[in-house]
Amino acid sequence: MHPEDTLLGALRGRLLEALRHGTPLQLRGAGTKDFYGERLEGEVFALAAHRGVLAYAPEELVITARCGTPLSELEATLREGGQFLPFEPPRFGGDPTVGGIVASGLAGPRRPYVGAVRDFVLGARLMNARGESLRFGGQVMKNVAGFDVARLLCGSLGVLGIITEVSLKVLPRPAREETRQFEWPATVAVQTFNSWAAEGIPLSAAAWSAGCARVRLSGAHAAVQAAALRLGGEPLAAQHGEAWWTAVRELTLPGLTGPVLWRVSVPPIAPVQAGSVLIDWGGALRWHADDADGNLRAQAQAADGHAQAWRGVAAGRRLHPLPVATRALHQRLKARFDPDGVFNRGRLIADL
Amino acid sequence: MSLEPLLDALRRLLPADSVLSASEERRGYECDALTAYREVPAVVVLPRNEAEVQAVLRHCHRLGVPIVARGAGTGLSGGATPYPGGVLLSLARMNRILGLDALARTARVEPGVANLRISEAARPHGLYYAPDPSSQVACTIGGNVAENSGGVHCLKYGLTLHNVLGVRGYSVSGERLHFGAAALDAPGLDLLALTIGSEGLLMVVTEVLVRLIARPACARVVLASFAEVRSAAAAVAEIVAAGIIPAALEMMDRKATAAVEPFVRAGYDLSAAAILLVESDGTAPEVEAETAQIVALLRGCGATALQVASSELERQRFWSGRKSAFPAAARLAPDYYCMDGTIPRKHVGDVLEAIEQMEDRYGLRCMNVFHAGDGNLHPLILYDAQQPGSWERAERFGAEILELCVALGGTITGEHGVGLEKMNSMCVQFSPAERAAFTAVKEAFDPAGLLNPGKVIPTLARCAEYGRMHVHRGALPHAALPRF
Repeated sequence: MHPEDTLLGALRGRLLEALRHGTPLQLRGAGTKDFYGERLEGEVFALAAHRGVLAYAPEELVITARCGTPLSELEATLREGGQFLPFEPPRFGGDPTVGGIVASGLAGPRRPYVGAVRDFVLGARLMNARGESLRFGGQVMKNVAGFDVARLLCGSLGVLGIITEVSLKVLPRPAREETRQFEWPATVAVQTFNSWAAEGIPLSAAAWSAGCARVRLSGAHAAVQAAALRLGGEPLAAQHGEAWWTAVRELTLPGLTGPVLWRVSVPPIAPVQAGSVLIDWGGALRWHADDADGNLRAQAQAADGHAQAWRGVAAGRRLHPLPVATRALHQRLKARFDPDGVFNRGRLIADL
Repeated sequence: MSLEPLLDALRRLLPADSVLSASEERRGYECDALTAYREVPAVVVLPRNEAEVQAVLRHCHRLGVPIVARGAGTGLSGGATPYPGGVLLSLARMNRILGLDALARTARVEPGVANLRISEAARPHGLYYAPDPSSQVACTIGGNVAENSGGVHCLKYGLTLHNVLGVRGYSVSGERLHFGAAALDAPGLDLLALTIGSEGLLMVVTEVLVRLIARPACARVVLASFAEVRSAAAAVAEIVAAGIIPAALEMMDRKATAAVEPFVRAGYDLSAAAILLVESDGTAPEVEAETAQIVALLRGCGATALQVASSELERQRFWSGRKSAFPAAARLAPDYYCMDGTIPRKHVGDVLEAIEQMEDRYGLRCMNVFHAGDGNLHPLILYDAQQPGSWERAERFGAEILELCVALGGTITGEHGVGLEKMNSMCVQFSPAERAAFTAVKEAFDPAGLLNPGKVIPTLARCAEYGRMHVHRGALPHAALPRF
């Protein structure tokens, strides 16, 4: 038997065994995002051992790895090819697995300029509640055969089945990166981030916190140099710049580590509300340390966005409520992919 | 079922000129750009707004009448082929650009807006809509969403999926749906990703929010000749491995250059086995530096001739040949059949060789244009529909190419969709359990199966029938070719 089949066979064996006891399962990689989602329910089903990079060819811009592969291993492999994962997944103090990164769909500061996790997912393997292994998408850049289930799995928090393998598009590391900072109020920062993006400045991150806006430029030497001249501001030493973007990605900046945290996703030009501790994604992602007035959701929704309780809100009320028709579709998809409610019950939506 | 009650109802719901029932009016909708499949719809409706779309859907749902949505009808896989006895829902009259926000870099458009019109509207702001299918003058954004359309700039700028922020529309029963947002994400499952490329099987889209990006200040193309297809393919790999993501990276084989050159005089080297068009875009200094790097890499890979376009006019001329490949095919033969397989790029040499052997076996010629940067092949099989058996041979030829793509780790369709055309090939690419998952998705959205029925997902019976001639995974033709 092929070694891959053996490992997948072992996983299937464990799954079928667990299913025989009728226990709902809580899928778990490295557990770095146990805090994320509505609630954890069921017996832990460990996936960290299902690991390993299966294929990597830098000239094809694709890496394929089993779900349990740690991010550190993936990044080390990519570094050898001069490439990286452009969506900058957060670590949250640990070493998350590929499966968890895709299942959560969380991306870092580069997201508005290069794309989300799902924009880089080319294919995935899913093990369903019957232990069948299904492949969707593939290892090629373009693939429109059948519904895009591989991308549906991004951000699904494991409620449709076990993501056992993922193929990701990767990109060459930019030749040069540079961070510049500006003393600006939030409104000026948001306005400027947007007009620079519309101008074609090679931004790879733009965030504001505590009266200070920072933008990261990425690309060819010539392009970054020209843009830096055009923007002005103060250059930030490379290691300070990197440390700051890491803190933005990991939510470790002062003011974000308290007992309550809200993630407000809005159009990048939405009016700035008082109380944003951090504005990331060029204006499109705003973090609030409280919702004292209880208005965040209504304000976000009015701006065609949503607000999610990241921390400090009881399970069941964290996700922004879905429209009725969308919620019904979630229930029908869940009922067809996981009729017995085996996988990650209540994690994405309280009653799913 | 008698058609009269349906017609009466539709005429009550829509203005008289929005319901076409005369046979000569309906005939114009019998096929999309894959003309080998034809079916005259029972009735054509042309709503002008969302309320009319909703009313038509509700009514058809109540009566259990199948609906096929259609944009400009430029699709190449029969995705808009009407269903016998069903309603053809043309969204062509919903063609307004509803809003354009230059600062937020978005445009809100109705589904019938032609792809290129969005970029034209955005031009005064220095912005454009990146996906550029070759039919972009005519094809609509609604059709692009249905097919997840690409173009020649996908490697760097992405497909429709990467450039659409949200869609609004209706479920089969006329329920309002809204996926995605002007924000960069939305709560819950990514139903926007599921909808894009769903070929009209899940919902009818009535509004699309697209992302616009800054128009690059400068673009320059390099034209390179190679004595062998394999060395051209190696050059593509070298460029990407060197950390360059060109704005476009196209390959044409000799059969394709020979077909287009007399037609457009693009200046292609007809002695070359393959040519590459490599485009760099960005700021002037960026393009300067990248072009120099590309030229050096191409030379190192054994390019026998190299030309850098020295003006915008020359750039357009170099591209004119590639853009004329389809019309050139139409000049060479009464009909052509365009395939759309995608493969890992390293296999392009093997595939083109295999296609050459198939040409002999099927007694048909095939020219190849190739989005080399992202591995998407467009073999153009030349045939003559008037000759008995010619189309059937072309169809089998095409299916064999797609099976080869699957065997090499690729896919049966990179950007044209499955439609009616690739139903058999779906049996080759997907297992019964995988197809059951597609059915599960379909049923979650459209339990009665009224939206674009009979497309994309083949039934078990159909695959069993096809399987009697072919074997799924493992024992396909070309067993000698390396697989991974």
